[in-house]
This record gives sequence, structure tokens and C-alpha cells, in this order.
Amino acid sequence: MAAEKQRKGQVTGVNGNMVACEFKDKVVQNEVAYVVVGDETLKGEVIRVKGNIAELQVFEDTAGIRVGDTIEFSDDLLSVELGPGLLGQIFDGLQNPLPQLAEQHGFFLKRGAYLKPLDEEKKWEFTPTVKVGDKLRAGNHVGTVPENMFEHRIFLPFGITGEVEVTDIKAKGSYAIKEVVAKVKDADGVKHDVEMVQVWPVKAPIKAYTEKLKANEPLVTKLRLIDTICPVSVGGTFCTPGPFGAGKTVLQHLLSRHAEVDVVIVAACGERAGEVVEILYEFPELIDPKTGKSLMERTIIICNTSSMPVAARESSVYTAVTLAEYYRQMGLNVLLLADSTSRWAQAMREMSGRLEEIPGEEAFPAYLESRIASFYERAGLVKLRDGGLGSVTIGGAVSPAGGNFEEPVTQATLKVVGGFLGLSQARANARKYPTIEPLESWSKYSSFVDNDKVADALAMLKKSNNVGQMMKVVGEEGTSTDEFIDYLKGEFFDAVYLQQNAFDKADEASSKERQTYVFDLVHSILTQKMHFEEKDAARRFFQELRQKFITWNSSEFETDSFKDIEKELRGKLEAV
Amino acid sequence: MQKVYSEILQIAGDVIIVEAEGIGYKELAEVKTQTGVSLAQVIRLDGKKVSLQVLAGSRGISTNDKVRFLGKQIQVSCTEDLLGRVFTGAGDPRDNGPELTENMIDIGGPSVNPSKRIVPKNMIRTGIPMIDIFNTLVESQKLPIFSIAGEPYNQLLARIAMQAEVDLIILGGMGLKYDDYLFFRDTLEEHGSLSRSILFVHTASDPTVECLLVPDMCLAVAEKFALEGKRVLCLLTDMTNFSDALKEVAITMEQIPSNRGYPGDLYSQLAARYEKAVDFDGAGSITVLGVTTMPGDDVTHPVPDNTGYITEGQYYLRGGRIEPFGSLSRLKQQVNDKTRSDHRTIMDRMIQLFADYRESLEKRSMGFQMSAWDDKLIKYGETFESRLMDLSVNIPLEEALDLGWKILSDCFEPAETGIKDALIEEYWPKEKVGS
Repeated sequence: MAAEKQRKGQVTGVNGNMVACEFKDKVVQNEVAYVVVGDETLKGEVIRVKGNIAELQVFEDTAGIRVGDTIEFSDDLLSVELGPGLLGQIFDGLQNPLPQLAEQHGFFLKRGAYLKPLDEEKKWEFTPTVKVGDKLRAGNHVGTVPENMFEHRIFLPFGITGEVEVTDIKAKGSYAIKEVVAKVKDADGVKHDVEMVQVWPVKAPIKAYTEKLKANEPLVTKLRLIDTICPVSVGGTFCTPGPFGAGKTVLQHLLSRHAEVDVVIVAACGERAGEVVEILYEFPELIDPKTGKSLMERTIIICNTSSMPVAARESSVYTAVTLAEYYRQMGLNVLLLADSTSRWAQAMREMSGRLEEIPGEEAFPAYLESRIASFYERAGLVKLRDGGLGSVTIGGAVSPAGGNFEEPVTQATLKVVGGFLGLSQARANARKYPTIEPLESWSKYSSFVDNDKVADALAMLKKSNNVGQMMKVVGEEGTSTDEFIDYLKGEFFDAVYLQQNAFDKADEASSKERQTYVFDLVHSILTQKMHFEEKDAARRFFQELRQKFITWNSSEFETDSFKDIEKELRGKLEAV
Repeated sequence: MQKVYSEILQIAGDVIIVEAEGIGYKELAEVKTQTGVSLAQVIRLDGKKVSLQVLAGSRGISTNDKVRFLGKQIQVSCTEDLLGRVFTGAGDPRDNGPELTENMIDIGGPSVNPSKRIVPKNMIRTGIPMIDIFNTLVESQKLPIFSIAGEPYNQLLARIAMQAEVDLIILGGMGLKYDDYLFFRDTLEEHGSLSRSILFVHTASDPTVECLLVPDMCLAVAEKFALEGKRVLCLLTDMTNFSDALKEVAITMEQIPSNRGYPGDLYSQLAARYEKAVDFDGAGSITVLGVTTMPGDDVTHPVPDNTGYITEGQYYLRGGRIEPFGSLSRLKQQVNDKTRSDHRTIMDRMIQLFADYRESLEKRSMGFQMSAWDDKLIKYGETFESRLMDLSVNIPLEEALDLGWKILSDCFEPAETGIKDALIEEYWPKEKVGS
């Protein structure tokens, strides 16, 4: 789009990644603007306007910018391209494909180098699904193309309001994304072209669906602690706060591998580059049991690691959620994992400081809570125009300063999420994985396991914990045998059910059926009346039971060895 | 054409403001004062007002001193001539050698494209069992040593520098005591390692601003050598001084502090440095080992806390030993399955037993009854501490693993260790079996 007259401005000040400029005509809040420095153009976003001065946050290193340098305003809000070919890609926070950038510019991220996110040459096999004269609304699609294992729908532009009529539709065949595949006419007679790719501003939710529904279908993550104790719903939200070294990233990786969803979007926001590299090398090798294809084919990675420009951290979170919403429109279940939202909040704090806004708690801006809330609110289960369902589930890691959950980002997050999976350093030190603290975490969603039984198990865990605390003071000799048995039961429940061995092929991921089945047995053990003459006998019994149970956990569900071990277990239990 | 300005509007802290035009952000300038010439860097532009951070400090600057803008950013020379040399934070020679001006490169360059990184796979041997066995250092890892003041962290760093199998060592000293600087220089020299070392040293009495430049200087040079295929080990001590220098400058610039006076971008600032650790796809690598002193032994202090979120693990140095609990090398799994078949088992079991030993100690101090097993554990723990944990122990990994088996066999029966039979068969010292 060549604008007839490009609006320009002039730099008047630079402070870190904030650039102030003077403009003549007008500016649009949140529009993209470019700073021209020598032969480089640096992307930025207008974030405040005061009189004839606009302030930009620049997504690049600002070294070398001079007062008087030219600013070019673009008229467009910060946007992403949506179309076939997104899956399996690795983007930075501004949707630049990183491998392609590496091909062109080598080892380093050259500033001011931007590339098209999607391949515009590639042809896609288009199948129309509408005919001339059909009436459509935003959210309806005009055709599909195959993308990996999905039917990728080609939508009307989401921005279209009211009903439109199809005036032209391309026949089945292969087209590149920029080709017009359909034409529509709206109520006022204005014609719109439909390409296979459309742009959408990242900070606005895509709302081209009929209604948003209550999220109450459990999302199977195959992690027992989550699925049974603090479940997550399809279309729900959860957060995983934890101090460093508590295993946030490990947990996110496990979720991205095993959760039963169609598409996974990983937003590595302000965290270690090494962790992203691990995904990059691991995922193409891992096979998704559901589709038999590599995990990478259902994954999109948005990567703005801690040493990449700070302002782009904020956009990386929005870019990720916009892509998630796009795939939701196709009737798919999408899981968005953001690691870590604290880094995004810190980026906001940095910018707010440079704008000299009045700081809130710990110098975070006053709008921190509303920004976090509106981000998580973009999750949800929705009813699409064709009656189908699609969902975006958001899981955000939080990195609280000093591991203290009282800090503003954790607290603002807890207000809006449906599940709190708090990670504990103590569990990590004791090598108990996953490190989610079962007694402190909570979830507003319900599990596929019988909720009353879960409550029983939790009560036992609590009792066991209390006895354990007491024993630290009065010693083992100061507790009664019954109390001691409760203590052992709680420890047993934690060791054989809540903990899971990520290095064991069978134990790593536990299916819904297996969990329901195994939990029944665990529940009956926890509620069984047991009697032992002395504590040592009780301890020995539970040690042996535990050993057997762990072996059971690492045998494949419903195989012969699974059944054999189960028989042995039940035999042992009858003996007491 | 270089412009000279001679009207300084404001001097506060080490920041001066001059009125000038056409100046680039982060550009370098020279300030000529009665006592000499100092470099200064542009840190804010506001209309015609240019804020400059004076590297040598603002003491003695007069309001009509001359400021000359150089039209370039801070650079450092990067050639083979650097080897064996010592420089200040500003890049000037600290030894009596000549000034280097060839092949100048910018410092604080852009970040590496994540898709050009590879998953690290090489162990760096240090000869320190607590590192080699229990928390293996891996090429391209970024790892801090968390320590309180007074611990021998610089000695540890110097030992690693001398023993590590790398091509090049770059030492960045920030706020070093002069004695410590001499200690590093002399130790490297004595062991003949100086010829493969480059030192950038800011001592405690040097201007604060130079402290801020040290990591960037080191890492820019490291990056250059790594791209040529060299394996570089970069030692940074002490990153808490670096953070405090950041704090000082931020407060002078009237930035709103976020936590205990530190600026809101502390995390990003530290990450920008630590993330330079890299294993290049098709070139060399940079490994970063830093020291973070924890004020008051408080790991939730903003500096160690933010560092922990950035780095790939940490070594806790406590009581002159690397503490087995809390210390963590996040990358050890990448390498410790390729060393020797008993490595992972020894690593896990010895620590688990050591944890039991700590519990027995606690039990003893609470006055609870001690069992025969507790006594065994206490014997084990004490032997472990004196023969393996002590920092003076200096043996290769294989010997250290053998020593581990020896300690186990001195204290326990094979079955008590919970180690798989196959490994017992292979590694348990023979004279002990059945005795």
C-alpha cells in the first residue's frame, strides 16, 4: 500500500528505547512508525501523544539515533499476518522468521532487518467452500487449504462488519497467499478482496465468533498432579509462578509435549535462549502420538529471549495470542504457553519509567493489572459461526522476584486466572517432580476424576503434612501409630501418584483412562483402615508398596505386566 | 569534521549536560579538563540537551571545559596482540604495554539469532570434584558463583581459569580490590596461563562508569574470538558491583527505582551480558562464569535473584566449599551421560545419602535417638566433606568417581547404597566385596 502522502516527523529526544518526535499533521495512537537512521529503519510504536510530540517505543537498539532524524508513520497498528504456513515456524516478537533472518544476516540479529513472516511464493491447494451469492459474516470462511494435519480455513477479513455477499470465488486449484481467492460485496455495495492472508492488529482480540462459552471440559495434560488436583479446562487460564530453579520451564515443556490439544504456541518471552534452542532441536524429533507427525508440525514458537530488544517482549505476547485466536477460528483447540509473563510486565515497567509515569507498587505501572487481565481474557472456549467449537487455553509462567508470591505481577495474575499452580523450591530441592505444591495450589475447574475422592485424598495429604510438621518437633517417638500411618499414607500418595518421572517413557504422560483407574486404587489405599503393631512395620509396608507402585507406574497401561503388578499390589493390600 | 562544545549546563554525579546538535544516541565524546582528557558517552538526548556519562568521573570538570564528539561508539581493539595484556574498563592499557588501536570493534553488539545456537554438548573439566561430578560445567553455559563477601570466590575462579580446557580466558574484574587484581595477574602468570588470557580490570578506586563497561568489553572480545572458532571462557567478578554501578547511574539520572534502589531494567541489563554465552552453530563458544556476592547471604536480594532467573544454574560457595544443595548446573544432563557409566548414579546417590547425613546431624543436634544407620551416615558425611568437598582437592573426573566409590565402600555395604547391582559389580572396590 503506497500512501499518497506519507506522514513524517522529526526526532526530538532519545532515552533508552523511547524516542520522542515532533509531528505536523496527525498521529494515531499505537500506530507503527519507523525511525530512519542512516540506511537502517527501526520499527517502533506510538505509545503517547502530548501536544505535537509523539513518543515511540522502539523495538530495536536505539544507538546512533540523532535529534532531527526522520520518522515515518505507517497508519497501521502493530499487526501480524495470518494465513497458511504459520505452523512449525519460529518467529521473533514482531513475527520475523528467525531461521530466514539467520540465512540472510548470519549469527546476529541485525537491527532494522525485517522479513515477511509467510512465504509468498509457496502455492497452497485451495478448495472453495462457498459459491457466488452466498451470504457470509466475519468468521465465515470461503475455502480451505491443507496445512500439515489440519484443514486451514481461509477466512473473510475479520474486520468486515455485517453480512456480505460472495461475488466471485476461485475454482479449486493452487494459489499463493497473496492471490485473491474470493470477492465479496457488503450491504453498502463496497467490494472487498479476500486473500489467503490477512493482517490483524495484535492488541485487538479476534471476536468473529457467535458467543463465548463457559470453559468446563477438562483439558488432559497427562500430568496427574494437574489433571487430578488442580485441573485446567479447555479454554481456561492458569498460571505457574515459582522461584528460579523450581522447574517452570520444565513444566511448560512437558505441557507443550503432552497436553491433548491441536496446536501449541510457545511464547518464550524474555527468558533464556538456550531453552528455546532445546525446543528447536527436540520437537522436530518427537512424535505426537495422536497424529503420528512430529511435534513441530503443530507448534509455533514466538521467541523474544532476554537479550533481544525489550519493547518487542510486549509484542511477543500479543503476537502469540493473536496467532492462537486465529487457529481457534478454525475449530481447533490451542494451548498458549507464555514463559514468562513477569518479563513482559518488566518491559512495561521499563517503558513506564522512561515515560515518567507515576509508579505503582514496586514501580510497576498502574495499568499493570488491567493489561494482564485483558491478556488472559483472550483465552476462552467459543462457538464459531458454523456451530463448531474452538478454544484458546493460556498458561502463563510467572517469575516472582525473590520467589515471593505477594509481588504485584503474581497477585494481578491470580485475580484473573482459573488455576494457580504454585511451584515450590522445597519440592524442587527434594527432587519431587512436578514441583507444583499440591496443598497451596488451587483450580476453579473440575477434574475428570471423581471430585469427592480427590477431596478425600487432599484431606489425607493435609493430615500427613501436619503430622510431618509435628514430628520435626517431637520426633517420631512423640506420635501415635495411627498418626504415623496417616503420615505414611500422605507421603505414599505424593510419591506414587502426584510425582511423575519425566525420564520414564510410561510414567512421563498418564492418559485420562489410566489416571481414573489408578486413582481409584490410590483412593482405596488412602481410605483403607490399616493396623500395624509398630511404626517400623508400617514404614516397611509402605516402602515396599511404594516400590511396587512405582514399578507399576512405569509399565504400559493394560499390558500383561501392568495387570500382573496390579495383582501383586492388591494382594499386598489384602494382607493388612 | 568534529564539533567542539564548551558550555556545560549541568554536572550531577558523573553525568554532564551540554547543548549540542546532530549528536547520535550512545555516541562517544572527549571531555578535556584541567587534569586531563576523559571519554564520555551520550546516554540521553532531549532536544538540544545532550546528557553524557563521563567515564573518568565528573570531579574537576569546569562549566567551560571543552567537549568534543567523536562520531563513533565505544570500541575496543580486538587482535591477537591482546593476549597476555591487562586493560582498564575503558580499554586503556593497565600494564606498561602499548595502546592498541587496530581492528576496533563496537561493544555491546546485537544478540545472537537463537536459530544459530546449538544445544551444548561438551563438558569443561575443572579438576574440582564438586563441579565435575555433581554439577558439571558445560561449554557455553552461563553460571554464577553465589557467595557472601569473604569467601574464596576469586581463588576458585582463578583455579578454574588455570585448569579449564579452553583456548582463551578473558577476565573481567569489576570493583576488584587492588590486591585481588594482583592475585589474579600473578596466579595466571605463575601457571603460565597469562599468555592465553586477556584481562579487563576495574578496581574499586577507579571511576564507577568504567565498571559498567567491563563486561561489554570482555564479551565483545570474546565474541570476536569465538567467531574465529575459539572456545572462550569469560570470568566476571563481581557482578554485584556491576549492578551497584548501574544503580548509581540510574539514580543520578533520576530514574524511578524498582526494588531496593535498583533500576527496573536490572534483569534486562544482566541478561544482555549473560546471554552472550553461546555455542555457535559452526564456530566457537563463549562460557560465562560470574561471581555474584550476596549482601547478607540473602538470595532474594535483587542481584542474585535476577541473576538466578537468567543463568543456567548456580554454584553456592559457603564455608569455603561448593554447597551440594542449591548448587545446580542446568546443562549437566547434556554431558554427564557421555563421561562414564557410573557418573549419574554416583552423582545422585552420593547426594541423596549426603542429604540423609544432614538429617542425621539435625537429629543428633535435637537430641533424638541415633540408630546404627545414623552413625554410618555421619561417618560417610564427614569423609565426603573432607575428601571430596574440600576445594583443595584437585583430581580428574575419573579419579574423583573412583574416590566416590572408595568413600561409599568405606562406609556402607553395597546393598545399603541402593545402587543397581550391575554398577556395583563393575565399580565397587574389589577388596571390599564380601568382607
